Amino acid sequence: MAKTESTLKNMVLTLLVITCVAGASLGGMYELTKEPIAAAKAAKQQAAIKEVVPGFNNNPGDEMYELKSKEGFDLKLFPAKKDGNLIGVAIESMTNTGFGGNIKIMVGLKPDGSIINYQVLEHKETPGLGTKMDVWFKTDKGNQSILGKNPKNNNLTVSKDGGEVDAITAATISSRAFLHAIQVAYETYTTNQGDQPVASNTSSEEGGAE
Amino acid sequence: MNQWNNFSKGFFKENAVFTLLLGMCPTLGVTSSAIDGLGMGLATTFVLVMSNLVVALIKNLIPDKVRIPAFIVVIATFVTIVEMTMQAYVPALFDSLGLFIPLIVVNCLVLGRAEAFASKNNIGSSIIDGLGMGLGFAMALTILGSIRELLGSGKLFGSVIFPEDYGMLVFVLAPGAFIALGYLIAFINQVKKEA
Amino acid sequence: MEYVLIVISAIFVNNIVLSQFLGICPFLGVSKKISTGIGMTGAVTFVMVIATIVTFFLQKTVLEPFGVGYLQTISFILVIASLVQLVEIILKKVSPPLYQALGVFLPLITTNCAILGVAIMTIQKDFNIVESVVFAIANAIGFGLALITFAGIREQLDLMDIPKGMKGTPIALVVAGLLALAFMGFAGIV
Repeated sequence: MAKTESTLKNMVLTLLVITCVAGASLGGMYELTKEPIAAAKAAKQQAAIKEVVPGFNNNPGDEMYELKSKEGFDLKLFPAKKDGNLIGVAIESMTNTGFGGNIKIMVGLKPDGSIINYQVLEHKETPGLGTKMDVWFKTDKGNQSILGKNPKNNNLTVSKDGGEVDAITAATISSRAFLHAIQVAYETYTTNQGDQPVASNTSSEEGGAE
Repeated sequence: MNQWNNFSKGFFKENAVFTLLLGMCPTLGVTSSAIDGLGMGLATTFVLVMSNLVVALIKNLIPDKVRIPAFIVVIATFVTIVEMTMQAYVPALFDSLGLFIPLIVVNCLVLGRAEAFASKNNIGSSIIDGLGMGLGFAMALTILGSIRELLGSGKLFGSVIFPEDYGMLVFVLAPGAFIALGYLIAFINQVKKEA
Repeated sequence: MEYVLIVISAIFVNNIVLSQFLGICPFLGVSKKISTGIGMTGAVTFVMVIATIVTFFLQKTVLEPFGVGYLQTISFILVIASLVQLVEIILKKVSPPLYQALGVFLPLITTNCAILGVAIMTIQKDFNIVESVVFAIANAIGFGLALITFAGIREQLDLMDIPKGMKGTPIALVVAGLLALAFMGFAGIV
């Protein structure tokens, strides 16, 4: 095959053809992967909710509603229900007080506000120090664990600040920020319980009853 | 050059990372664990093989003066395909590689092979060249990732070798990447001289 | 205040070279002399700012309204590649001295992942146009700071008695590691 000459017409034409083919194949690929990508995202969210509030049998993603915390963060709340009864709520909370910026967590609260479990979704803390928060506050050792505690009765701040939680060794700022995110979730949830927007689902009244 | 040499040169003699010093950004950026390094290496291999294939296929159709932009479009297409596929089927890996997936486009290794090899050779050799160079790159990333993961957190591919508390944290952090690679290259140079 | 934070964060805390690992190729490649380091920094600053502005509008006016976000990588790199060519041509005509100074570095910039990286990061961080420009300039300064500091150290390094096996790239990488370690001291100030 002869080499195509570098004339202007040839150059423009080849680039045009290549770009069109590339664009078209990407469009096709996008259609193909759109559903799996959405499914993977939904599965990830579902898995996170399942970890922090186990035992529900509704679809919390469908009943999700948003609230604004007093700090101005947009929180997402996923009510988890078993046979129509509210067993807890998974809250996507965040804080901007982390060592490396924002920390996003998912925390599961019982309707009375006590903590069931949590998961760290996103953070930029120092690897090996602040990153330990994904297991530290679940570990039943000393005063590390926050599971089962209720911010109403327990002062969930680090012991340095007069609270009753042991901070991660060498990562007090990350610990403080993490507990702040929990606090944000708890406060936003409890202060808004009365005027929770009526979700499309009829069984949502249980959300208000504590 | 026979095909075996063509394939194997990417692992040692012309290894992208250790010898040619190409593709340093992902080499340093995603090797905080062995599995991330391997994932990045394989993603790059796929892009390299496919772009080599297509470039070898269409090399005669492209006028010389616009070959670089044409190659870049081809590469960018495959990168986006990899990006979407990973997002759909291995979302966890996609999250941890993050920005470095679209940046495969500007990995000098990929464009370098398209320009230096695929645009001058036939399809078969180009695929083998891409496979060899890509797997050599993946190997380098996996080795570096293993070293950093082991020294930094006491793990290897996620399984605990020694308790994390004894790890040297710095190796998981940015400075450790530079230092570990520096000593690794010095070591490889030494081995090569003796060989 | 917000802009100050963006600037400090981009230059020191999340330095594009030493903690984000972008633009490593020129960082290792053209850092043998301070003068070439300065030239490269100039070229990068120039292209990075223009590229960020152009890709920003491309994203907001074409990719988002038409729902073709998946074309981001391909369109951004095309914009950057043609921009580099354009800058080269214009510079040659308008300002020969500047072209003399930056010319040799321009072709290298297309494959400098710092440019594409910053363009994508601006979109990911959801900056507005002013923040984007500030972010691009700050990152270019961060790049320059790292590159020129590193070049200065390497010039000294040539005069040192280094173990044979470590000469060249290995010692350069170790030095870069120590530099990165120093920059880690800035962590947490914003």
